[in-house]
Amino acid sequence: MPPKASVVGPAATDVAFEVNGRSARVHVPPHRTLLDALREDLGLLGAKKVCDEGTCGACTVILDGRAAYSCMTLAVACEGRSVETVEGLARDGQLDPVQEAFIAEDAFQCGFCTPGQIMSVVALLRSNGSPTHDDVTRAVAGNLCRCGAYPNIVSAALSAARKSKR
Amino acid sequence: MTRVVRTRVEFEGTVSEETAIIQGDDAPTWDASADLGIVGHPHRRIEGVGKVTGRTRYTHDLRFPGMLHARILRSPYPRARVRRVDASKALALGGVRSVLHRFNAPKAAFRGEETIFRDEVRFVGDEVAAVAAETEEIAAEALALIAVDYEVLPHVVDLEEAIDDSSPRIDEHGNVHDADKHDRGDVKKALRDADTVLEATYRTPTQLHNSLETHGAVATWDGDMLTVHESTQHIFGVRQGLQAALKIPFSRIRVVCEHMGGGFGSKGGVGKYSIIAALFARELGLPVRCVLDRHEENIAAGNRSATLQRITLGAKAGRISAIVHDSWSNAGLGRWVADPTGPTKGLYDVPNVRTRSYRVLANTGSLSAFRAPGYVEGTFALESAIDELAEKLAADPLALRRQHATAEKDPSNGLRYSLKRLVECYDIGAEEIGWSKRKPGGTRGSAPGLRRGLGMASQLWSGGGTPPAYATVHLNPDGTAIVRIGTQDIGTGTRTILAQVCAEELGIPIGDVRVEIGDTESPYAPISAGSLTVASVTPAVRVAAMDAREQLLEVAAGVLETPKAELRIEGGAVVSRGARTDIAKIFADLANYTVIGKGARRPNHDDIVIKTFGAHFAEVEVDVATGEVHVERVVAVHDIGRVVNPLTARSQVEGGVIQALGFALSEERVVDRPTGHVLTTGLETYKVPTVKDVPKIVARFVDAPDTVANSVGVKGLGEPPIIPTAAAVANAVANATGIRVRTLPLSRKHVLEAAAAR
Repeated sequence: MPPKASVVGPAATDVAFEVNGRSARVHVPPHRTLLDALREDLGLLGAKKVCDEGTCGACTVILDGRAAYSCMTLAVACEGRSVETVEGLARDGQLDPVQEAFIAEDAFQCGFCTPGQIMSVVALLRSNGSPTHDDVTRAVAGNLCRCGAYPNIVSAALSAARKSKR
Repeated sequence: MTRVVRTRVEFEGTVSEETAIIQGDDAPTWDASADLGIVGHPHRRIEGVGKVTGRTRYTHDLRFPGMLHARILRSPYPRARVRRVDASKALALGGVRSVLHRFNAPKAAFRGEETIFRDEVRFVGDEVAAVAAETEEIAAEALALIAVDYEVLPHVVDLEEAIDDSSPRIDEHGNVHDADKHDRGDVKKALRDADTVLEATYRTPTQLHNSLETHGAVATWDGDMLTVHESTQHIFGVRQGLQAALKIPFSRIRVVCEHMGGGFGSKGGVGKYSIIAALFARELGLPVRCVLDRHEENIAAGNRSATLQRITLGAKAGRISAIVHDSWSNAGLGRWVADPTGPTKGLYDVPNVRTRSYRVLANTGSLSAFRAPGYVEGTFALESAIDELAEKLAADPLALRRQHATAEKDPSNGLRYSLKRLVECYDIGAEEIGWSKRKPGGTRGSAPGLRRGLGMASQLWSGGGTPPAYATVHLNPDGTAIVRIGTQDIGTGTRTILAQVCAEELGIPIGDVRVEIGDTESPYAPISAGSLTVASVTPAVRVAAMDAREQLLEVAAGVLETPKAELRIEGGAVVSRGARTDIAKIFADLANYTVIGKGARRPNHDDIVIKTFGAHFAEVEVDVATGEVHVERVVAVHDIGRVVNPLTARSQVEGGVIQALGFALSEERVVDRPTGHVLTTGLETYKVPTVKDVPKIVARFVDAPDTVANSVGVKGLGEPPIIPTAAAVANAVANATGIRVRTLPLSRKHVLEAAAAR
C-alpha cells in the first residue's frame, strides 16, 4: 500500500454557498482556498492565481458585499455566504457599467489583473456611489497591474460611477 | 513572385543582416496626406469583452480531461554537483505518476546545453528534478520527498564580487567576458584637450519582470502530434525550441498562445517547464500542465541585469567632445548581454566615443530581455552624466543636449535616419512641463523641508520592424474578413491595430474583421519583443488585405459587368459611379467562395537606420530629511512614426512610465551573498508600483508617418516609454536638492547615502 498523500489531511467536507446568485456545493478539504474552489471545483476561471498569498489582488471576489482576496479565504469559511465573481456581473449579455467603462477607458492591457480590479471597483461603487479619486485609488490599492493601466483604471471607475448615477 | 532578399534587422540593440523571402508587391505608402478613416483614430480593444467578463482563457486557465500537474524541484544551492537523486519515496506517494531528473531524463537540448537537468547546478532555483502528479498539491508534496546528494561548490552572486579576481571562477575563462565595443574618433586626445571633464560611476539593480501570469505551459500529445499551449511572446520560437529538444518535425508541433498575462521580454522562447511538460505528457499519455509559482518566477524566469557603469565625459567650448563608457552586467549564466552602451553610441552627435561592455558571470538566474534591455540601464547612466556635465558647465541641460541632437545620420555608423524628430520631442515636452521655469538649485516645495525640481532625459531605441512576417486575409461571402498571422498580443493591443489596418485597406467596417493570432498553424510572424510587432506585421497584413481587395474587385467586375478600374470598396460595399452594392450581394448568387489574400513584409532599406526617439520630463518633490522622492508629474513625448491607435498608444506610454518608475524608485532584487538565495521572491518584498505610486502622466506624440520605414509609416512603441524615465527623475532630484544619486533605485537609503557623501 503506498502511503496516502499527507496533504489530504482531515477529510474533505461539503460546503454550500451562493455563487453569482445561485447555490453551489463543493466537496473540499479544509485547507482549500476559495480561489481554488472557484477555479478547480466550480470552473470559474475569471479570478486569477498570481501570488496565492494575498499580495496582488488578482483573485479578488465580492464576499457578502465586500471585496475579498479569495486566495486568503478558506472555502470552508464560506458556508452559507454569498460570493460574486467577475462572471456574474453581466446580466442577459448586458455588461455591468464598470465593465463597459473598463473597455471604453482602455483600463487593461494584458487583462490578467482585470477581473480582480473590476471586482474591487464594483464593491466600491456599491458602498459609495460618488467616489473621489482618492476613494478609487484606495479601493484598488491592493490590486497590482504590472502593465501599468492604473490611470485608466481610475478613470474607468470614476466614469462608471458617473454613468451609474444617471 | 517569390524573391530572396537581404535585409537589415535591428533587434534590441543588435544589428544583423538577414535573408528573408518576400512575395508580391508592397502596398503604396500611406503618407501624411493619406485620407484614413480607421487607422490613426482611437479604437477600443476588440478583445475587450472577453477580458472584462473573465471569459478570456490564458495558459493558466486551460483544463483538459485527465490533465496532470508537473512541479519542479529547484536547487537550494547557488552552485553544486548533483551526485545522486533518490526519487523512490516520491514515486511511492499516492497520485505521483513520474519523476524526471538528470539520471533518467531523455536528452533534450536547451539553449546550447544537452540536457535540461544540469550535472552542475549553477544558481539557487536551477532545475534538479520534476514530478508529475494528479494534482498540483501532490506534486508539490512529492518534491519534498526527493532526496538529492549535492556536492556544494564555491559560488559568487554579486556583480562587483564576481568581477573581483579573488572570487570563485565560474567559467574556465573567468567571470568577466568581452561583450561589445565601439570606437570612433580619438577619445584620448579629446579628453586631453577638454576644458571640462566629468567622471562618474553608476549602478543599477537587478529588476524582476513579475508578469502577473507566471511562465508556464500545457502539453498534449495526440498520437505523434504535440500541442503546447504556452504563455509566450514567440510561438514560433517555442516551436523551434521544442523541435531542438524533442527532435520531432515542425509538422508534428503546434504552439498556441491566444492570450497572455504579460511578458515584458521574459517569455521569448521555449522554457524548461514546457519541455518538462512535453516529456511527461509523452511518457504518461495525458496532458501535462507545468506552471511556475510566484517565487519560482522570481528566481528562475529571467531578470534585467544589474550593472556597474563608468562614464567619462569631456567638453570643450561648451560642447561635448568625448564619451568613454565602460559597463559590466551581471548576466547570471546568460550567454549574452543586454548592452547598456547602446545609447552612448548613437544618441548624441559626439565625435569621440569609446565604449566597452562586459558580460559578468555569477551564480544567479540568467538574464532575459526586459523591456528595452540595456537601454534602460545605459540611459540612466549616460543621461545622468550629461546632466552632471551641464551642471559643471553651468549650462541648461536641455540646451546642452539640443546641440548634439540634430544629426540626420546615426553617428555610430554614418547611415541616414529614416526620420528623426527628437528636437520636436524636446520642444513639446519643455512646453508641457514648463521647462522655462526651471531654476538651477530647484525651488521650494509645498511644505517646509521639501524641495522641488525638474529633470529630463532623452530616449533612443530601434523599433523599425523586420521581415519575415506573413499574413493572410480571408474574405467571407458575407463581406466579413478574418486576418490570420502567427504574431502574439502580449497586452499591447496587436489584435486591434491589425483589425484597423485590414479594415482600412479592405474598405470594410472594423467590426467585420476578426483577428486570429497566437497559433503556429498561421503564417510566420516574428517575436513580439524589441518593439518589433507593429512595424513588422501591419505592413504584411496591409498587403494581404490589398490582395484580397483586388481579388474582390475582380469578382465584382464580373458580377456587375463593370470594368474593375471603375470600382472601389467603401464601408463594406462595392462602389461604382455612385451606385453601392454590398459585398454580400456581390457573392449572393455565386457558389460559396473564400477570397484569400496573401501578404509579406518587405525588407528594410540597407542604407537607412530606423530609430524611435523621445524625451521624458519629470517634476519631483523631495523630502531632504528623509530622502523620500515623490514624483509629481511625468511628461513623455515620443517620435514613433504614425500612431495607429491613439487610445492604446497612450496606454502603452503610461504603462511604460509606470514600470520605469518602479525601476527608478522601488524595485530591486536582493540576493543573500552567503547562501545565494533571492530574498525578494514575493510581491510583498519586491515592490512593483501600485496605483498609489502613479503621478500625473502626460503622453504626447510627434504623430508623423515615417514614410521611409514601411508602407504604414509606423514604428514600435512597446519599449521607448520605459527608457528615459529613471534618468529624468534622478536629474529632477538633483535639480531639486543638489543631491546626485548615482545608484538606483532612488530609495530613501540611496538618497540619504548620496546626501551624506556630498
